[in-house]
Amino acid sequence: MVEYDPVLYSRLLTGLTLGFHVIFATLGVGIPLMIALAHWLGIRRNDDHYILMARRWAKGFIVIVAVGVVTGTAIALQLSLLWPNFMRVAGHTIGLPMFMEVFAFFFEAIFLGLYLYTWDRFKSRYTHFLLLIPVVIGSTASAFFISTVNAFMNAPYGFSMVEGVLTDVNPLAAMFNPATATKISHVIISSYLTSAFVLAAIAAFHLLKGRTSVYHKKALHLTMTAGVIFAIGTILIGDFSGKYLHYYQPEKLAAAEWHFETESEAPLIVGGILNSDGEVKYAIEIPYALSILAGGTIDTEVKGLNEFPTENLPPLWIHYLFDGMVFIGMFLAAVSLLYLLAQRMKWTAFKKPLLMAILAGGPLALLAVESGWIFSEVGRQPWIIYGVMTTEEAATVSQHVDLMLVLFLILYIVLGFTCIRVLRGMFQHDDIEQILKQRK
Amino acid sequence: MSFEQTGITFLWVFLYVYIIAASIDFGAGFFSYYTKRYQSDHTIHKIIQRYLSPVWEITNVFLVFFIVGLVSFFPEAAFYYGTALLVPGSIAIILLAIRGSYYAFAAYGGRESKFYTFLYGATGLLIPASLSTVLTIALGGFITVEGELVVLNYVKLFTSPLAWSIVLLAIFSVLFISGSFLAYYAVRAEDSDSASILRRYALRSALPTIAMGVIVFLLLRDHNPEHYSKLVDIWWVFALSVLLFIAALALMMTGRNDGTAFLLISLQFATAFFGYGAAHLPYLLYPYLSIYDGFTNETMAFALISVFAAGLAMLIPSLYLVLKLFLFDADYIRALKNR
Repeated sequence: MVEYDPVLYSRLLTGLTLGFHVIFATLGVGIPLMIALAHWLGIRRNDDHYILMARRWAKGFIVIVAVGVVTGTAIALQLSLLWPNFMRVAGHTIGLPMFMEVFAFFFEAIFLGLYLYTWDRFKSRYTHFLLLIPVVIGSTASAFFISTVNAFMNAPYGFSMVEGVLTDVNPLAAMFNPATATKISHVIISSYLTSAFVLAAIAAFHLLKGRTSVYHKKALHLTMTAGVIFAIGTILIGDFSGKYLHYYQPEKLAAAEWHFETESEAPLIVGGILNSDGEVKYAIEIPYALSILAGGTIDTEVKGLNEFPTENLPPLWIHYLFDGMVFIGMFLAAVSLLYLLAQRMKWTAFKKPLLMAILAGGPLALLAVESGWIFSEVGRQPWIIYGVMTTEEAATVSQHVDLMLVLFLILYIVLGFTCIRVLRGMFQHDDIEQILKQRK
Repeated sequence: MSFEQTGITFLWVFLYVYIIAASIDFGAGFFSYYTKRYQSDHTIHKIIQRYLSPVWEITNVFLVFFIVGLVSFFPEAAFYYGTALLVPGSIAIILLAIRGSYYAFAAYGGRESKFYTFLYGATGLLIPASLSTVLTIALGGFITVEGELVVLNYVKLFTSPLAWSIVLLAIFSVLFISGSFLAYYAVRAEDSDSASILRRYALRSALPTIAMGVIVFLLLRDHNPEHYSKLVDIWWVFALSVLLFIAALALMMTGRNDGTAFLLISLQFATAFFGYGAAHLPYLLYPYLSIYDGFTNETMAFALISVFAAGLAMLIPSLYLVLKLFLFDADYIRALKNR
């Protein structure tokens, strides 16, 4: 019999909800931008393929948004239900961006409804396109605001704690803390990247199935072109995130890298396993790379794990999450670059291996998002607010969290399966050229 | 007005808007299911879908708004309610999640199945029942606090006549508000058959609504005398509410002016709701938590209120656009009906 531990179950339940929600949230941030790109191209080039693309993406998007909305409602409530002590402090310090996030989402929801139900209702096509702009801004602003809350949990600024009492609260300083810039840019651009790749994977899937419509080729081209830009951006910003960790949360970086002794010219450890003596085996070492990641030069001194008290360290398995995220990021950049190169050099850009790599890129991108978030959250342990409040202090003391965990698990399984079934049902019998003919 | 009062007033306004908008939505789900099951009347079903499709997410945001706002303005409330409401809160989330996503699957995925409609109809009544329980709990007497431990007494809650009366009041109100609005909407769509059926549904739940309101009022005398005496102090607010109700009922019986009738009903609920809220003050959770000891710091309060004002300045025009394009655009409603 395992003893009932509300802290553990609260963590599992929050992780479950966030893990499920983040898929829909990530796509919810990125897809509006992709719809806008397709719609814009369609109007500019007077190309029905792109207009249809925007329509179809928007049609699938609304289902994603619906699941995102209900799971987002779940997490908004669960923050209070499972972490009442955290919300007590957070309400005083970082409540502002949470509040703004709801406004941003509100804005997005209103204009999404307007956009979806007003195709062909306006004289000018631009008027209808304009309704999409607030959706793009709103969804990105949502990501912006909610990521500042997470940044605050990593770098709590904008208040002082005097004998357990909060004073000198400055909501703007709490919002724009040192972690904010890297955190939000990383979240936003990786959402764009993931969405581009998920849509590209769908196009690649159709092409692999032997569907020859130029529609799919155009979709692939658009998503891959955008993908290259987002992938390079993600890598650059990821590099800044490493530097942020080096300065502000050195133990998180050290844990991610299995970096034990403080030293300069530190190598980057990729993969490997950690044996019971604390030695790293079977890993690839890239000389100097960790020092460069941390400070930009090979003689940057990187703090090692041995400098910190063990009870303040996160679990060391987060190393694999970090590696997974970085590897997938590199993979996506390589695939999209290769695609564009193949296109430019007039190789047949739609060759099978490349298409299969793009197809794999969709699920992999989602996997990277999951790894990244788990890395970020588990890597902050034992703290819920870094240096201020531990996760254990923050959790509820209520009974029945275990039962709730089971209920929510069932809910997400059912929702997940139905969502996939519905999305497949919506598109599987579509014949693109047929639809285009009918619309004329 | 102090920051505390400004904060709670904003929140109460949002809760009121949610209650009206969500009632329409919840009741619509139930009517949609009911008519499909027992009357095989698909016109009503269609009209309801037209109305709901563009607005359900907006409705849902009002609830999230209220909760996030409550936690931001009154962080202590997060602690008390969060600890006590784990189970009922989780069940409400699950019901909301089922309702929202299955609605979307049916409406956008084109999968109209009996099961989906049933889920949509059933949750339409279960959600108001579970959410209204929070108002009961706020009245005090169901929660005990011992240090960090905030415990909800389920036995007491489930055997309380007051709690069940509030549940019934919530359900009847949902049907009443929803029926009267949808009757008006059907008239706009020039579908007089549906309109008269919906009007009949609304009228059927009218008397139970007002009766439950009176019963709750009377039960409060024993449950929370302090709140009750404050209610009596502002008796004229509730008298006004009853007058509005009678006027609305009279208009509905004539079968004309459904728009005005719905407006009067909204005002009837507004007066009752704000009267109830005013008498509840200063408590957020009687007697443990008042708006004064649970309030956020002044800097944050100022920031929140500023954001609120700026946000509203952005939202009101957008909401106006929604109303103009969907609810009050007769062409839209008619065109969709005929499609």
